[in-house]
Amino acid sequence: MPKIKPPVRTPHIDMTPMVDLFSVLLIFLLLTASFRPQEAAVITTPQSISEKQAPDADLMTIFIAKDGKVYFNIDNGRDTSTHFRSKLLGKIGEQYKITFTKAEIAKFGTMSSFGLPIKDLKTWLNSKDSKEKEKLQTGIPMDSTDNQLAWWVREARLTNVGAEVAIKGDADTDYKLVKKVMDLLQDNKVNKFNLVTNLQKEEVALKDLPPATK
Amino acid sequence: MAEIIQEEKGKKGGKRRPKKHGTRIDMTPMVDLMCLLITFFMLTTAFSKAKVMVITMPEKDNQNQDKNQPQISAFRTLNIILSEGDKVYYYIGMADPKKPPLPALVKTNFSKDGIRKILLDKNRDLFTKIAEYRDKRVTGKIVVADTTLENEIKKMKRDDKKGPIVLIKADEKAKYKDIVNIIDEMAICNIASYAIVDMSPLEKDMLKTAPK
Repeated sequence: MPKIKPPVRTPHIDMTPMVDLFSVLLIFLLLTASFRPQEAAVITTPQSISEKQAPDADLMTIFIAKDGKVYFNIDNGRDTSTHFRSKLLGKIGEQYKITFTKAEIAKFGTMSSFGLPIKDLKTWLNSKDSKEKEKLQTGIPMDSTDNQLAWWVREARLTNVGAEVAIKGDADTDYKLVKKVMDLLQDNKVNKFNLVTNLQKEEVALKDLPPATK
Repeated sequence: MAEIIQEEKGKKGGKRRPKKHGTRIDMTPMVDLMCLLITFFMLTTAFSKAKVMVITMPEKDNQNQDKNQPQISAFRTLNIILSEGDKVYYYIGMADPKKPPLPALVKTNFSKDGIRKILLDKNRDLFTKIAEYRDKRVTGKIVVADTTLENEIKKMKRDDKKGPIVLIKADEKAKYKDIVNIIDEMAICNIASYAIVDMSPLEKDMLKTAPK
């Protein structure tokens, strides 16, 4: 007598709940993700053990690239309706007697870091060619005769009073230049700096203490 | 893969009706894609946050500079000079031209057995105290919140009267990462008081004759 074979059925998993869950997660992550804003220069930050996180708003950042170019960035504040960037551009324009159109000011408000002399700012804002824009980024001048970075910092301090200052320097920048920036900041009554670094774990325990020499 | 719809054999004879299929979609590729996207977003969001190291510099006040200059005991002072090519020099005490001989610069580096050894040796008491406190917390002998731990360590650092006072001086040719490294070293070794100061002309001369 032949054996009765039960019909072979492949196991069937209902994937609908899984897909549901994944969708929810995906949507959540998509919405919460804050994309890294495009930065004007490639900067490799030095490593440190500090685990403190940078504030995500009300932050003024000064970028110091390897080639010595200095870039500046400020965000619109925690409450983006304050439009700190646009206000700042207006003030700087007044300072240097350059009138920016409404469209230019609005455009500046949505952009991020920049590093160019104020006289080129208008061309930069109106330029559509990304290569041309890059060419204009020659760093913010900070000589003693025309210290534009100091003006940016000062006006930014007046615009957003609560802003913290971060310095994002390349690991291989000369300390001399970083010191110059720090001195400039201190002249503007900024005494607390956030140095942007990369996390690198390093721990020293009691056992690592060198033997006492007595 | 998820399912293979098996067709049952229809009865022999009779009318052949088209078999009613439940509209089933194979979701496997969709799930694959979603997995990939989720992993991508999770990884990018977690790592994009920049870490910062906070340093507070003393206020520049040119008017009463000399009046409130804190007196530092020479015995506790450890001077660290950073120079070109990640070189680190240090000397203990003060370089005073009136009281020769000048202290000799000792060359060291950023490695584990370099400057850290010296700092740990100098800061033995405070470091042990803080490490023991942390150990106690890890092993569960004391239960405190993170903020309490921080405050406690801050207090220990404030009350410390034996540890070194580190003066960090950077040469013109020093790189930015050297400064970050040395401040990091201060954090690792739990140094209570340190400051970044300018180099004196005397120290520049000392550096010229220092071992290369």
